[in-house]
Parts: sequence; C-alpha cells; structure tokens
Amino acid sequence: MPRVWKFGDQINTDDILPGKYAPFMVGEDRFHQFAFAHLRPGFAQEVRPGDILVFGRNAGLGSSREYAPEALKRLGVRAVIAKSYARIFFRNLVNLGIVPFVSEEVVDALEDGDLVELDLERGVLVRGGERFALRPPPPFLLEALKEGSLLDYYKKHGRFPGE
Amino acid sequence: MGLTLAEKILSHKAGREVRAGELVVVEVDQVMVVDSIAGSFFKRLEYLEATPRYPERVSVVIDHVAPAANLEVAKAQKEIREWGRRHGIRVFDVGRGVCHQVLVEEGLAQPGWIVVGSDSHSTTYGAVGAFGTGMGATDIALAAASGRTWLRVPESVKVVFRGRLPQGVTAKDAALEMVRLLTAEGATYMAVEIHLLDGAEALTRGERMTLANLTVEAGAKAGLVVPSGEILETYRVPDWLYPDPDAHYVREVEIDLFALTPRVSVPFYVDNVHEVAAVKGKRVDQVFIGTCTNGRIEDLRAAAEVLKGRRVAPWVRLLVVPASSQVLEEAAKDGTLLTLLEAGATLGTPGCGPCMGRHMGVLAPGEVCVSTSNRNFRGRMGAPDAEIYLASPRVAAASAVAGYLTTPEDLEEVHA
Repeated sequence: MPRVWKFGDQINTDDILPGKYAPFMVGEDRFHQFAFAHLRPGFAQEVRPGDILVFGRNAGLGSSREYAPEALKRLGVRAVIAKSYARIFFRNLVNLGIVPFVSEEVVDALEDGDLVELDLERGVLVRGGERFALRPPPPFLLEALKEGSLLDYYKKHGRFPGE
Repeated sequence: MGLTLAEKILSHKAGREVRAGELVVVEVDQVMVVDSIAGSFFKRLEYLEATPRYPERVSVVIDHVAPAANLEVAKAQKEIREWGRRHGIRVFDVGRGVCHQVLVEEGLAQPGWIVVGSDSHSTTYGAVGAFGTGMGATDIALAAASGRTWLRVPESVKVVFRGRLPQGVTAKDAALEMVRLLTAEGATYMAVEIHLLDGAEALTRGERMTLANLTVEAGAKAGLVVPSGEILETYRVPDWLYPDPDAHYVREVEIDLFALTPRVSVPFYVDNVHEVAAVKGKRVDQVFIGTCTNGRIEDLRAAAEVLKGRRVAPWVRLLVVPASSQVLEEAAKDGTLLTLLEAGATLGTPGCGPCMGRHMGVLAPGEVCVSTSNRNFRGRMGAPDAEIYLASPRVAAASAVAGYLTTPEDLEEVHA
C-alpha cells in the first residue's frame, strides 16, 4: 500500500535535489538517488513506486530545476498533495505527468508514514475507513495529463491544449 | 477597467485583450537555456523529434558550472557546443558571464518582449520592460520547438519605490525590503509591477535588474519595471508599454527609499530580512560578490569604494565573480579590479560562481558566507548547516574587512 511522505512548508527545489547532485554534475543515471539528500537522508532508498508526497505551503519554491521533480518521478512518485505550490514547480510537475493536488484539509489530516490508497482519476484518497476528496487539476492541465504529460500532448497533437 | 503592464504585454502578444486569470498561448521572442539543464532540453527535443523553430530566438549560456568542474559537466558542455553548431544556435561559452546579464548586454531582451528562460531568475528581464519568466526544461524545450508557450495571465501586485536612495543604501537593500514586505509566497502566480517615482526613476538599468531579479523570491511569475529614466534613453519603448492608471492590482505596496537602511537576509529564507544592525558581529568565513543579482560594474565599484586602502580580515576569503566578461573588462579598465585585488580579493570566471554550491567557494560545515546573491536556502552553497547571509556589495565588502557582518559606516578605523 502506498506510503505518505510528509514534508513541511516552504520546501524548496534545493531541498528536493541539491544543486551539487544535478544530473549535469553526477550523471543522468543516478541523480535521483540524491532526492532530499540533505533534508531527509535515506528517502531515495526507502521510497516505493506509487508513494505520495505531501507538502505544506509554497511547495517547490526556488530554482526552476525540473530535475528536482524528475528525480521524484524516477522514484515512482505519481502524485503530490500540497497546501499551495510555487508556480514553476507546479508547471514542472504537470509537464512530467505527476498530478499536483491542492488541499489544506487533506495535508493537515495526513501523517508521515500513513498507508493510503489514491484513485488518481477520481481524486479520492482512502486511509483506513476515511475517504478524502481531492479536486482534480484545472481542465487545461487535465487534458495534458490524460496524454501522460504536456510533452506527450504536444507530441501527439502538435499544439497546446485549447489552442 | 484598465490593464496592468503584464496584461498589456500578454494582450499585445495574444492579439486580443486578455485579463488576469485567462490562459493564453503566445509567441516568445527569446528562449534562454543554461548549461545545467541543456542535457534535459536536448532529450526533450529529441523526444518531440523537433529542432528549434526559430533558431535565432534561442540562446544557450554556459554559466552555471563554468569552466567545467568535472567530466560529466565537460561532456554536457561539449554537447552544447556541438548542438549549437549543428542547429545554428547562439552559444555563449565559458567566461562570457551569467545568462541574464549576457542576454541584456546582447540586446536579447527588449521592452515588450516575452523572454522565457530555464532559470528562475529570468524575471530579471523585467528591468527593461520585457515579460521575463523562468520555466523548467520541458517548457523550455516546448517553447524552442513550437516558438510558443502557454501562460495564465497573472494578477499583479504593484510595488512603488519613491524617492532617492540615501548614501550607503543600494538597490539590493530596496529589493530585500520588497521581499520582506511581500513574503516568499506573497506574489505567487502574480506579476510584480514596479513603479519608480519621485526621484527613483534615476535608478540605472543594473539597479532595476537587481529589483526585478529578486521578485521571484516573492514567488513572482514576472517582475516588470515600468520603463522610465535610463531605459527610455537606451531602448525603443513602444507607446503601449505602460500600465493604465485604472488597472486593477491585488495589492499595492509603497517603499520609501529615503527612509531605507542596509538590509540583510538571514538564513534560511530569503524573506527573513532584517536591518544589518540586528545581526552585526556575526563572524564571517567567506564573502562572495557577484551573480545575476549583484555582479555588475556598479556593484564591483561599490565594493571597491569600501575596500579602497583596506585589507580583508585574515580569516576571510573574498571571492569576486563579475557577472560578465564586459563587466570584467570595465573593471579592469577603470582600476576597480586593482582596488579589489589589492584589498585581498580573489577573482573567478564570469558566470554564476559559487551561487548554487556546485563548484568553487563551496562552504564547509559550520561556515558563514555573506553573499550578494539571491538565495540563502539550507545547503545551497555546500554543507547543510553552513549559513548564507544575503546583502548588498557594500555590506559584503565591509564584512570582508571586519571579518564579521557589518556596514561600511560602522567599519572601525583600526582596519584602515
């Protein structure tokens, strides 16, 4: 069953992947092993595909480095829940096909280590006997996510959604 | 209801009047790619089976780790040069400088343009009246392949700077004060529209770049300085490139420059801004003067003015990294460089330098650095417990001499 990894407010992209571990520095094949290397050593070794990351306010502020969320994708993260997102990080998540949910209530309710089920399509999160509703991303982004990512959408249609 | 500057630019590009909240797909005038994400950028273009639609609108800058620090970086940078030659794309190689400074110097950011860059500090282009915004590798690859990008038209926060800066207070102090007032998330998804009034019009292009640069530290999508002063003399500013007097703002903030004092951003958040007096006396191991925030000629001159006839404290390393080759040449010509070197500074290749902890000037555990850069996040320049204090070049230079955080005004004569 997927596990919840809960982080606090103002988690920046240097926290998610410190600059010195950029693929550019350590190689394309291993940079993801350094996700949260400073903030939560061991995370990259323990996280399992399907696990869910939970952030507080202003998730992913700072550097535009897409390899930060890309490291999470490589580790099998398919969804993130946050109280709010920094703009570039939000775009990068969608571009990589990671679904960014926004919910104050669900973030407050979830604890680190919780075991949950998440229905990405319906936006329903289940923990034991509890069900939480998650609002899906806006239509434009949902259209992109349906194809996998914005990159896949553009590749298939040769245009942006709604163009 | 009138339009904000962001709405004006995006309406102009969309060919119809658009308002905050709408989604638009618009042509971009310049796509800026930095070396550290070039590998991802190429991979995504390959995946799309695409090449840049308008090669002349793409610039690649080798600045984040320049010269190459290891084999991986060397290979990536070699690939950039080869790719540039193959596709007829401009590549600014090692030593030319920090991407944002280089693009502005080269005239690749113009009033009314949309410039998308693979670096969050692309808000800097707002200094010349361009809608500059940072994006990740995928968005940048899509922009290069299609010549377009999608944007949600942002709401705007109006920030008014009034009056003139007092002696010893700089645009960096004004920028830090702005981030303090807005907070790290106060302008998320928004444009920060900067008005310079009652004497503030005198701020130079470089000083405006410092202001626009730091808007992203408040979460801004773009930081637009309403064209005035030096910008009107240097650029052709279109008539329409002004906000309407009755435009709608989410919030308005006023900063009285004349009342401003030197500021410092205390670890580990950029918006944790205090008067230098609050942290005065903090022992310093390294001082770094440079970056897209404060590596311009006026910044080096300000530091030299403080350092003239003085020496840095014996336990301090003072690293100076000019933002561009042009800045370095100017500093060499007018004697600024000699003053810095005589004071005990050491010089790095124009580029990003130690700003993000990848090479040169990496901080050891427990070390303290006063930096003129833009981020003091935990672990950004090296060890997770090393501390970065963000300040102006003047405060940085004074702290290098004293060996602890201080202002030039408080430098004791002992050090003279």
